Amino acid sequence: METTCPECEATISLNADTVEGEIVTCPDCGVELEVVSVNPPELALAPEVGEDWGE
Amino acid sequence: MLRVSIIGGSGYVGGELLRLLLAHPGVEVAHVTSERLAGKPVASTHPNLRGHTSLQYVPASKVAPCDVLFLALPHGSAAKRIEEFAALAPKIVDCSADFRLRDTAAYERWYGEEHPNPAWLGRFVYGLPEIYREQIRAASYVSGVGCNATATNLALLPLARAGLIDTDRDVIVEVKVGSSEGGAQSSDASHHPERSGAVRSFATTGHRHTAEVIQETGVERVHLSITGIEMVRGAVATAHAFAKSAITEKDLWRAYRAAYTPEPFVRIVREKQGIYRLPEPKILAGTNYADVGFALDEATGRIVSICAIDNLGKGAAGSAVQCMNLMCGLEETAGLEFWGLHPV
Repeated sequence: METTCPECEATISLNADTVEGEIVTCPDCGVELEVVSVNPPELALAPEVGEDWGE
Repeated sequence: MLRVSIIGGSGYVGGELLRLLLAHPGVEVAHVTSERLAGKPVASTHPNLRGHTSLQYVPASKVAPCDVLFLALPHGSAAKRIEEFAALAPKIVDCSADFRLRDTAAYERWYGEEHPNPAWLGRFVYGLPEIYREQIRAASYVSGVGCNATATNLALLPLARAGLIDTDRDVIVEVKVGSSEGGAQSSDASHHPERSGAVRSFATTGHRHTAEVIQETGVERVHLSITGIEMVRGAVATAHAFAKSAITEKDLWRAYRAAYTPEPFVRIVREKQGIYRLPEPKILAGTNYADVGFALDEATGRIVSICAIDNLGKGAAGSAVQCMNLMCGLEETAGLEFWGLHPV
């Protein structure tokens, strides 16, 4: 199944056994995405975890 | 096997060319010149080549005819002697700035002198495959690229091609560079206790590579400042441009993908998590990659476009070898497959 990253529009392939609620990572922009629907496949930005990135 | 020779092999660009060409599957290095070091092993100046070659430097007068000649001479030398070199090889890649500009007036403005051999300017193709791939395939003479110009050009090209820049406003580019950009010749300023740890604003205005950026991107109001930092290899250009109308990051993704999919040596780096989220020159040392990324301040329309390269790789010798591959019908990536190191 193929769908599109809501952040950067990259094409994302989901495995056939993907289930709703699964978290996947966009290979292009690295954002974490939640599978909100499998039929049709649809992704939404997953809640962000605490940030630990800096100077 | 193609026979290739390097005129001016003892400098940093010459050494990088030699490293790439000695390991290249489709070429054999015939001669490497240095007037000062004639008779000495090339590994005496490029110690990483120990055990990989027994070549010794020869004076330029001893170079035999070959298939491709690389010129890695100081500014101005190639233009004065181009007829002599063209008699040695049907194909030439010149790594100097001598044949990069098509316009003699631009050359005079930025280099402060008349071009010594303007008749040859039109015979050279600018050696950036991301713009001139097809012309390079058909060319006999290709000019190498400026390192700071390449980082800046690759940062600005997606925006220029997509027409996203407000051309009534200035585009400011800060380029941070490693000390190897200064070449192998020492100076008081490169003395280790003076240079180490320095953040040296050495070309705040008037940098010559600005001419190449205007020529290749068409962005007239572009201004470069170059700062030497604590790094030996690497250049990272941070360009600040303003969008001519309201845009989103998705528009930028589209513009960068349109420019660089499927370029073999340009990667779009703009990740939401991890340590290396935007282009970082240190992981590109020794490679021919240009990593390009961006950010958008939606409130002001400021686009920050970033490109990192190895100044001796994609910024000089790597691009030159990529051009040779195209000119000679070889696989474009041949001899340039090194992925780089991490950690480094």
